[in-house]
Amino acid sequence: MRRTTLPLAVCGLSLSLLATACSSGFDKSEGPAQDSSGKQQLKMLIATSGNAETSAVKAAAAAWAKATGNSVTVDIAQNIDQQLGQSFAGSNPPDVFYTSADQFSTYAKGGSLYAYGGKLKDRDAYSPALTRAFTYDDTLYCAPKDQSTLGLAVNTALWKKAGLTDADHPKTWDDLEAVAKKLTKDGVTGLSVNADYNQLGAFFKQSGSWLTSPDQKKMTAGDKANVAALTYVKKLLTEGVLKFPKDLDSGWGGEAFGKGKAAMTIEGNWLAGAMRKDFPDTAYKVVPLPAGPGGKGTMAFTNCWGIAAKSKHQAAAVDLVSELTSDGNQLKFAKTVGVMPSKKTLLETYKQQNPDSAAWADGTAAAQLPVNAPGMRQVMAQFNTSLAQLASSDPAKLLADLQKNGESVLGGSGR
Amino acid sequence: MSTTTTSGPGSTSGPGTEPESGSGSGRGAAARRGPGRAREARRAGKQGLWGWVFVSPMVLVLGLFLALPVGMALWVSLLNWDGQSNPFSGAADFVGLDNYRHLFADGGLTRTLFMTSLRNNLYYVLLVVPLQTVLALGLALAVNRRRLRGKGVFRTAFYFPSVTSSIAVSTVFLFLFQSSGAVNGLLKWVGLQGPSWFTDARGLVWVVLGWFGLVDPGSPPAALAGHGVLGLSWWEWLSGPSVAMCTIIFLVVWTTSGTFMLMFLAALQDIPEAQLESARIDGAGRWQTLRHVILPALRPVLFLVLTLGLIGTWQVFDQVYVMSQGQPANTTLTPAFLSYSLSFKDAQYGTGAAISFVLLAIILLMTGVQRLALRERDGRRRLRRGRSAR
Repeated sequence: MRRTTLPLAVCGLSLSLLATACSSGFDKSEGPAQDSSGKQQLKMLIATSGNAETSAVKAAAAAWAKATGNSVTVDIAQNIDQQLGQSFAGSNPPDVFYTSADQFSTYAKGGSLYAYGGKLKDRDAYSPALTRAFTYDDTLYCAPKDQSTLGLAVNTALWKKAGLTDADHPKTWDDLEAVAKKLTKDGVTGLSVNADYNQLGAFFKQSGSWLTSPDQKKMTAGDKANVAALTYVKKLLTEGVLKFPKDLDSGWGGEAFGKGKAAMTIEGNWLAGAMRKDFPDTAYKVVPLPAGPGGKGTMAFTNCWGIAAKSKHQAAAVDLVSELTSDGNQLKFAKTVGVMPSKKTLLETYKQQNPDSAAWADGTAAAQLPVNAPGMRQVMAQFNTSLAQLASSDPAKLLADLQKNGESVLGGSGR
Repeated sequence: MSTTTTSGPGSTSGPGTEPESGSGSGRGAAARRGPGRAREARRAGKQGLWGWVFVSPMVLVLGLFLALPVGMALWVSLLNWDGQSNPFSGAADFVGLDNYRHLFADGGLTRTLFMTSLRNNLYYVLLVVPLQTVLALGLALAVNRRRLRGKGVFRTAFYFPSVTSSIAVSTVFLFLFQSSGAVNGLLKWVGLQGPSWFTDARGLVWVVLGWFGLVDPGSPPAALAGHGVLGLSWWEWLSGPSVAMCTIIFLVVWTTSGTFMLMFLAALQDIPEAQLESARIDGAGRWQTLRHVILPALRPVLFLVLTLGLIGTWQVFDQVYVMSQGQPANTTLTPAFLSYSLSFKDAQYGTGAAISFVLLAIILLMTGVQRLALRERDGRRRLRRGRSAR
């Protein structure tokens, strides 16, 4: 044994030296020294929906770089949550990055985001619902990039074939059920919606309730109104007029809709881009979602331009974000990418420029943002999993499970 | 174990213990020599030092890229770390074994998911390991036959899935198993209505029992559904792999049996022709030759195949990531995938790391049990043979 002690000790020592060398790479400093030179090199990480978005962002960033003398490298993430997680852990995050609403609170809680909300000149122009989504501990952290809402997309050819006219666009839940029944025939399903609370959640809102209290401190999933909404969805499923996309061999509602397997779907602004790209021959129209017993309701989705707390170029980054969220750029992104401006002051102009998307723009008035309290992602993912089995489960039980799981996160240690 | 004493030291040392027993006998030799012992030991020590110097580059590389990350992960599994600070700076709370407790003791969502993933993976291992081993052995025996024409073609064809990227294979299977895909088309051709594979969360056990009218998969009996242990009801524990999981099982058996076939084939070609011939002369039939000559000769490779199979199947990840992401109803969720999603999607890196160490413990335990099982039989046979010789 003795003869191996020395070399082992040497090995152990060199390993621990390596370890310390490694950990010196994790620089732990509260406010990194800021670069104040004229030519700053910024890194930007985005999750793109396609070429149109990539080139629009790159062009806008390049224009800013040219005007200010800085440079911006735009990287495209394959899996932005994972890549950001790795870069935060390695203390080498990009300066500017897309931050999804559901990861926002995790990043803000972990101290990875630079709270620049106070430095935004036009912060009052944003829709209040969106700025609330990016407010943590009463501080606005980042500027909402854009927004999307859900609308009811109808396949105009199938609509006509079923003997329906524009006057038949559903106004109530009963209308929706009636038209879905009429459209369901000859291998076509009336309605296909993702088995996901991001889409089906609109029904909770229309029923006059929501899964959590507005401040996301309490679960309200077990409400009677929520049970009524989910019971209605289950009724559509059992009648066969609603099918989840997977049962139609499709990845999402838009695919089932584009292939003509479903005559209606509930999707957001991204549908327009996907239809143009993948199903240019399917004629369709977007109308507002029907109102439920609790009135109108839809879901809204947003991202923000996050700036890293560990960025050395925070001032320049804020300047870049201000430019990217300028009125001109927001409208340009809206035109090319298909999202809606996050500033409520621009929505009217947006409607004029994109008349086909008016239903989505009108939805912003009664829109609900998804649950994004820290630690809730797993709970909501579990809820989505159970929604896929809705046809064979009891709606009240699903919501009671969600209530229980959510309470243990919101009421407990937050783990 | 009483059997090991009769079978001698050679047979007790498996692959893992060899270096240890080797150095033990070396020390014994040095002790026996007496007068020259000290000089001998000094020379041996010097040689040992030089040995370490020579292997140090590899030790450093392995240490840096294997041992060190494992140690870091073990540390992370003891932290409540959100992935946004340096875990070695004290910024993350040290929570001791809390993460492990969440997985086993606390009745929350995390435990339910973890137990579900363990159940799924256990059924997966129980089906995949025997199936792929038997299939690989069968294929190896088939392509090892001397009179087979076009051997090379068959060997390549069977090995082909193993060299294809698992992502590509998974994507192809996604299309094959669509509800209107090729597999269901084939089933329809023979008059069967195929399930919609990727959305079918029913357990195979209940489906099969349902065919015989023993249980109704739609309405579980209260005795099973109402009671349970560790967050899952007995109905869920006993359900077997879901129909969706079966597609992943098909896929993995198909892809990995080629690799293992190659190992079996190499071992088969190592069996001396004389041995097979003498068996034939002794009047052994084909089955007897397989049972009493070929299989015993293949035992080390069988051990290797089973061990690699166990390790690989407990770590299944990419097929799940591509094909199902744990859906439907979490029936294809595996610990490896759960560890990934808890870490990168929920920022619970501590719990994610803890899962991977529980997985490590399971793999070590199962490999140990399997090694014991294969070795014990070996010992008994030697014992019997020894007695009959006496």
